[in-house]
Amino acid sequence: MSSSVASAHKSASKSVKQERRAGYLFVLPAAILMIAFIAVPVFMSFGLGFTNARLGSARPAEFVAFDQFVRALTADPTFWAALRNIMIFVFLVVPIQGGLGLVLALLVNQKLRGITAFRVMFFMPVVTSMVVVSMLWKFMYQKDGLINALFGFNVDWLNEPATALPAVVVMSIWQGVGFHMIIWLSGLQTINHDLYEASSLDGANKWEQFKNVTLPGLKPTFVFVLITITIAAFSLFVQIDVMTQGGPSNATTTLVYHIIQMGSARGDVGYASALSLIFFIIVLAFALIQRALTKED
Amino acid sequence: MSATTEEKTSKKVWLSYIPLVLLALTFILPLLFMLFSSLKPKDQILSDLTTFRAFLPVGDLSLDNYVGVFNRVPVARFFLNSIIVTTTIVVLGLVVNSMAGFAIARLNFRGKKILLGAIIATLIVPFETFAIPMVYLISKLPRIGFYPDGVALDWGWNNSFEVLIIPFIANAFSIFLFTQYYSSIPKELDEAARVDGAGWFKIYWKVVSPLAMPAFATSAILTFLPQWNSYLWPLLVIQQEELRPVQVGLRYFFASGTAEGTPWGQIMAYTSLITIPVIIVFLMFQRAFISSIASSGVKG
Repeated sequence: MSSSVASAHKSASKSVKQERRAGYLFVLPAAILMIAFIAVPVFMSFGLGFTNARLGSARPAEFVAFDQFVRALTADPTFWAALRNIMIFVFLVVPIQGGLGLVLALLVNQKLRGITAFRVMFFMPVVTSMVVVSMLWKFMYQKDGLINALFGFNVDWLNEPATALPAVVVMSIWQGVGFHMIIWLSGLQTINHDLYEASSLDGANKWEQFKNVTLPGLKPTFVFVLITITIAAFSLFVQIDVMTQGGPSNATTTLVYHIIQMGSARGDVGYASALSLIFFIIVLAFALIQRALTKED
Repeated sequence: MSATTEEKTSKKVWLSYIPLVLLALTFILPLLFMLFSSLKPKDQILSDLTTFRAFLPVGDLSLDNYVGVFNRVPVARFFLNSIIVTTTIVVLGLVVNSMAGFAIARLNFRGKKILLGAIIATLIVPFETFAIPMVYLISKLPRIGFYPDGVALDWGWNNSFEVLIIPFIANAFSIFLFTQYYSSIPKELDEAARVDGAGWFKIYWKVVSPLAMPAFATSAILTFLPQWNSYLWPLLVIQQEELRPVQVGLRYFFASGTAEGTPWGQIMAYTSLITIPVIIVFLMFQRAFISSIASSGVKG
């Protein structure tokens, strides 16, 4: 009898072992790929930021301590322009795109005939690539382009320092807002219907219902929308590359655009890595602050 | 009395369409402008701008701009490249990420909590922050090169399909999605199959995954879209024309300020060409697309 218990025990532990081995084997491909193509490059940016590594250079990279960071902060006016522009962009896009997304979600959450068609139309720019949207809007922003012709302006939108960045803000929101409409919509649909009924029995009007039932129910969605728009906005690159190349006179250059210029066009990997590290710290700080501010009390 | 309330409600319903229609025009008209401009000669594009004709397929319509695009750019090659890269990433990604998700959701092994935490943490690291170190990394990776006179070990993955595909197979968000979905399927299925003598791979492949098809569809859609639209990475690592994907192909028109000015008609033709397939796929599967996006927000 004792031997049968032992063998049962043995086969149980064999099965546990098998399960563990299967577990490791199953995650192995994903783990290797993520280590190789996320963890390693992230840690490399930490390392390379302290060197003078260059692309395609036979000379081995040398350790230069904080030189690249000092260079960014003291000797590179483009870095400061890029930082200023991206801050303006983030502070405009995050509230406008987030808020407008909620308005759209409320509109397409109505029980109306054909409402799905409107959802689909609002979402159309999201499936259109940012490269295409940028080119299309570049055409519409021309001095002899659609926007001036339609609205009677006579502005060279992308070539005036004062209007170039706001022009990029508008087209970016146009492209991305449908995405966040859908996120808000799914948040709206998770709110329990009984809560609305209860509050309307209490004699609450539409606005009070929105304030007391809808908004609190959207809290988790709000955090998600806030953090995803912020990270996406900080990463602004394609629109700049296609529409303005950072101009006029650095009015639209961004951190990522500057990083890519330095790292790829000039092959200055050391400096680009230092800039990437600064960029990463800023994004991380924002994400953490937003998380802290929106944490449940 | 009831008639008047009905009238009132129907009038109200009519009113609630006004903002919807205005917004729909805002989102749709620029896209129609792109499509219909691609069919017009340049003079007409410009002369149509001041009227609503800009958004209508009227006047002297032809496919001349498309012919011009095919003469200027190897469009077919770019399409083939994008199809190869996108399809491979989607298919391999489904296998690799679903296996990882299955293991994290249903198998007991040490370190899986930490693993899941690490995977989720990578979601807040924008690709742009490590793109340049990654370019440096892949320029140093070993690679087997095939030449007319034999095979040799080379360095650097630039200018290859591998460099466009391999780094994007594993995807933190997909793994998270699969983990969530596999967790929602009853574990008794695994035990029953174990008793019947099935191995874990068989359980993953034959027993549980057939029940997780919505997760596969969502992951496929959420991978397909950014890959088809990918721009920055191929821009950094592909210098050979034969390997360029469709989005990067648009750069052929950047510096095309010829004597007759920027060829906007051709540009609109090219952007329409690379967008229409995605729009068609989107319209065919719009329900799945929209619920995929919606599910990406659930994690909160």
